[in-house]
Amino acid sequence: MNRRTWARPAAHLVLLAGSILMLFPFLWSIGTSLKGMNEVFTYPPKWFGEELKFANYVHMTERFPFFRFFFNTVKITAIVVALQLVSSSMAGFVFARLRFPFRDGLFGIYLATLMVPAQVTMIPTFLLMKYYGLLDTHLSLILPGIVSAFGTFLLRQFFSTIPVALEEAARIDGCTPFGIYWRIFVPLSKPALATLGIFIMLGTWNDFINPLVFLSSMNKMTLTLGLANMQGLYSTDWPALMAATVITILPILIVFLAAQDLFVRGVTLSGLKGE
Amino acid sequence: MLLPNVLGFLLFLLLPVLATFAISFSDWNLTDSFQWRGVDNYKELFEDKVFGQVFKNTFVFTLVSVPIGIALSLVLAVFLNQKLRFVRFYRAAFFIPVISSMVAVSVIWQWIYNPEYGLLNYALSWFGIDGPAWLTSPRWAMPAVIITSIWKSLGFNMLIFLAGLQSISDSYYEAADIDGAKWYSKFARITVPLLSPTTFFVTVMSFINSFQVFDTVYLMTQGGPARSTSVMVYYVFQNAFQYFRMGYASAMAYVLFFIVMIVTFIQFWRQKKWSVY
Repeated sequence: MNRRTWARPAAHLVLLAGSILMLFPFLWSIGTSLKGMNEVFTYPPKWFGEELKFANYVHMTERFPFFRFFFNTVKITAIVVALQLVSSSMAGFVFARLRFPFRDGLFGIYLATLMVPAQVTMIPTFLLMKYYGLLDTHLSLILPGIVSAFGTFLLRQFFSTIPVALEEAARIDGCTPFGIYWRIFVPLSKPALATLGIFIMLGTWNDFINPLVFLSSMNKMTLTLGLANMQGLYSTDWPALMAATVITILPILIVFLAAQDLFVRGVTLSGLKGE
Repeated sequence: MLLPNVLGFLLFLLLPVLATFAISFSDWNLTDSFQWRGVDNYKELFEDKVFGQVFKNTFVFTLVSVPIGIALSLVLAVFLNQKLRFVRFYRAAFFIPVISSMVAVSVIWQWIYNPEYGLLNYALSWFGIDGPAWLTSPRWAMPAVIITSIWKSLGFNMLIFLAGLQSISDSYYEAADIDGAKWYSKFARITVPLLSPTTFFVTVMSFINSFQVFDTVYLMTQGGPARSTSVMVYYVFQNAFQYFRMGYASAMAYVLFFIVMIVTFIQFWRQKKWSVY
């Protein structure tokens, strides 16, 4: 019983110290993004400058088309999330419920590709895009993003838990397989679809290596690639760089804070594979 | 209904996996005519000193960052599992680095690591330590990359551990309390063994992810200084998209694939063994 007296304060102390270590770099970058150029290089460092220069955010967009990057990223992410959810849920439904020859063999091949590192498929995909003249287009990021073995696997597992009795009643009433998918499985799987959607969104928004390989012109770039390029060109303009960094993180942060429980469920779900 | 998915799967997953294997036996550089090289690319890998270095760096990165990251996230999860107030706040704080883009995180950390004006060396100076030029020092660049990577992934592992901890029944701890067990023996004899499937899963996932580290290295150090932070994926990227040695890069990608495959099979095998819990 003695333990109770110190365990909780100790836990709070450790977790609070940890939280500060996690959050401080972000708070620091916000402070830096509002400083004047000369105030950045002061020693000892100060959190905020003399006055808050919100104009840094305007300057940043004058030198780099950040609105364009933002728009491109939103566009690509929205399309990939929508199409991947549709393709994964349809295929997941087929693998879970319909019978056809070689179904389990085909699903086995899907499963096997789960362990393939992304770098293994990148070179042929690059050659394919080059051959069809799709390099430096958003299609080169969207097309491979439509299909995911992980998404198909996740939804197939979820659909398998839906009772067969539900669809039998519908089938007797003359419902087609597509009707069963659309009217029964999709509405029942909203939480699973939302969780997968958030994962796809995170991955697409933060993706760096694919835009780096497939895109080259400035007006096509995504936020991550634009930020990396800006860093290459203005490596000492820390206020502008930090402003761009804040803009890159902020939208995802807002989504996260609004749907924290969904994120947590998603991580827990991916963790359950181990048990 | 299956057709779009299967077509995409064949075109962007299965076909590329096989094509990379084929290309790895060629000397393709995108422009000149294509010639088969047999296993020469694989032979060259064994003789390539840079690849040896890159291979070693990848292992060092993995073998240092994975155990430290797992130990820290386990301790945090144990603290977080005590039905505390502000759990949502702590959980969010640790998870924000996870959801942030690695590019943004790299920019922020480069500024923290700045030898003259950076926060880290300023903090070290309070303790009378004259901090190194982190990212431009062959000795300290790798530790710097490792620190940033651990910081970024801590929250993810912590959440998985938390889910694992919550699945352990309270009755074990109650029984131990009746027997008068101390907190450390409860941790060592109940928590650690019952959590072992989760721990193993987190280890395997972290191992696979660490082996594929790229963004951090590309952005913070460009693999330098003097190749001290070049890792496998970075070298694959350089060979494929900077030197345009598609064949050689493909062979390297397959070596990476092979390692990941072995680790995955170990995971499957242990998973079966652990089904008793």
